[in-house]
Amino acid sequence: MNLDALAQFSGEWLDATGPQSQIVVSTRIRLARNLAAYPFTNRTNNFQKGEIESLVCDKLRHFSFEVDYHPLANMPALDRQVLFERHLISRDMASAEGPRGVAFNPGESISLMVNEEDHLRLQVLKSGLDLQNAWTVIDDMDNQLESKLSYAFSEEFGFLTACPTNVGTGMRASVMLHLPALEHTRHIEQVYRALQKISLEVRGLYGEGSRASGHFYQISNQVTLGKSEATIIKELGGVIPEIIRYENEARQAWLADPQQPLKDRIQRVLDTIQNETQMSCEEAIECLSILRLATALGEAPGLGLAQLDKLFIQVQQAHLQKIMGGLMDSEERNTARAQFLRKKLAIG
Amino acid sequence: MHITEIFSEDKVEELHMCEDCAQRFLADGKKVKKPKSKGHPEPDSVFTGGGGPREKSQACPHCGTTFAEYRSTGRLGCPIDYDTFHEDLVALLENVHGETRHNGKVPLNLLRHRQHQDELSRLGKELQGAIARENYEEAAKFRDLIKTLEAK
Repeated sequence: MNLDALAQFSGEWLDATGPQSQIVVSTRIRLARNLAAYPFTNRTNNFQKGEIESLVCDKLRHFSFEVDYHPLANMPALDRQVLFERHLISRDMASAEGPRGVAFNPGESISLMVNEEDHLRLQVLKSGLDLQNAWTVIDDMDNQLESKLSYAFSEEFGFLTACPTNVGTGMRASVMLHLPALEHTRHIEQVYRALQKISLEVRGLYGEGSRASGHFYQISNQVTLGKSEATIIKELGGVIPEIIRYENEARQAWLADPQQPLKDRIQRVLDTIQNETQMSCEEAIECLSILRLATALGEAPGLGLAQLDKLFIQVQQAHLQKIMGGLMDSEERNTARAQFLRKKLAIG
Repeated sequence: MHITEIFSEDKVEELHMCEDCAQRFLADGKKVKKPKSKGHPEPDSVFTGGGGPREKSQACPHCGTTFAEYRSTGRLGCPIDYDTFHEDLVALLENVHGETRHNGKVPLNLLRHRQHQDELSRLGKELQGAIARENYEEAAKFRDLIKTLEAK
C-alpha cells in the first residue's frame, strides 16, 4: 500500500454512513495483548522486538482479514505522522525507536500495532455508533491471533498489560462525538461530570492527553478489570443516546437563539474560508466543525458529512504536505491550507 | 473515599482518594496531591499498602524490575511482575478499577484446556463408580475414553 496515495483518501470508518453519524463520528474498540514469553515493550531490547515483530507477521499470513504490515523502524517521519493523523498508530509509537509497526486493512477499519506500550494493540474502527459490530470484529481478530500466539493471561487478573490501568479485558471502547452545541451552551461541563461519576472518561480527538479540538469528544470506559466486555460495552452504549439527545436539543436551541444566531456563525465561517490567505490547523478544524454542524442541520447545502470528515484529517500538517507533494514550513503550510480548503469546499 | 469540594455555586470538584490520602486531605487542606483520574495512575498516589508507600527492594526474577521502578515509570516490566508484586498490585488495582479479579473473556486455548480437564474429571468419577459397582465392562469403556482424551 502506497502511503503517498493514502493521504488522498479517508478510511471507510469516516464515510458518515453509520448509525447516528450526524453526531457520532465513529466507534473504536482496542484490545491490549502481550506475549507470555517476552518482557513488556519497555523492557525488551531491539533483538526481542524484532523477534516479536517476525512472530506476529508470520501469524498474520493466516489471518482471515486482509491486512498489510508496515514496519515503522525505517519509515520517514512524515509517513509516520500521516499514520498517526489517521488514527492508525499512537503518538508515542510514531516517535519511538526500534522494530515496531502497524498492520491494517485497505479500509483502515482494522489495525494491529506491534511493539507499542503492549506487544499487540488491536483496533477496530466503525462509522457512527456501532459498538456491538466493532466488538464482534475485534473478538474474531483476537481469537484468530490467540490460536497462534501464547498470550500473557492470568486467571486472577485477566490479560496482563504493561500498565495496570489496562489489565483485565485490556479493552478500551470509545465513541467519538461531535458536540459543538453542548460546548456552545457550556453544558458540556455537566456531561463531563456526569460521565466521570459513572467511571467513563472524556478525551479529545487523539485520545489520552489531547484537547477537544473541533468540538470532538471521545467517551470511553475507564475500568478494564472486574467487568466483562459485554458489560463495558452495554454501560458505554447506554449513555450515548442521552448525550445525543442533549446535543440535539442544544442544536435546536442554538438555531432558535436570536442573541447568537447560528446562521450568522456559519456565514462568518464561510467568509473566513473565502477570504483568509493563511489558516492554521486549529483554525481550519474550528471552521470545519461549524460546517459539520451546519451540514447536519441542513443549513449548508452542497456539503456532505463524509466530505467534511475527510477534510478534518487532510488539513493536518503531514497530510497537507503529502497532498501538496513536499515538505513545507509552518507559514507555507498555512497558506497551502487556506487554498486547499477553499478549493475543496468550492468557496470563493 | 469520595469527597465533593464546593468552590463556588457553579464550581464543584469531585475527588476520589484512598482512605489514608483522604484523612490527610481533610486534616491538611490541599497538601495531598489529588489522584489523577485520567491516563496512567501515579503509583505513589494510589498506593494504599500499610500506612503509605514502602520501599521495595524485591526485584522480579524474570525481568529485574523492582516495585520502586514501577512506581517511577508507571509501567511493569513483564507478566511475572503481577506475581512478584501481587500484594501491592491488588491494592493498586482495587484503587484504579474498584475490582481485583478478571471477569471477562478467557483465551480459547485456556477455555478448551478447562473443558478438557472437566471432562477428564467427570470420566474419572464415572470410572470409580463403575469399579465400585464391579461393572468391569463399563469401567473398561471409561478407561478407554480417558486414554483417548488424554492423548489429545
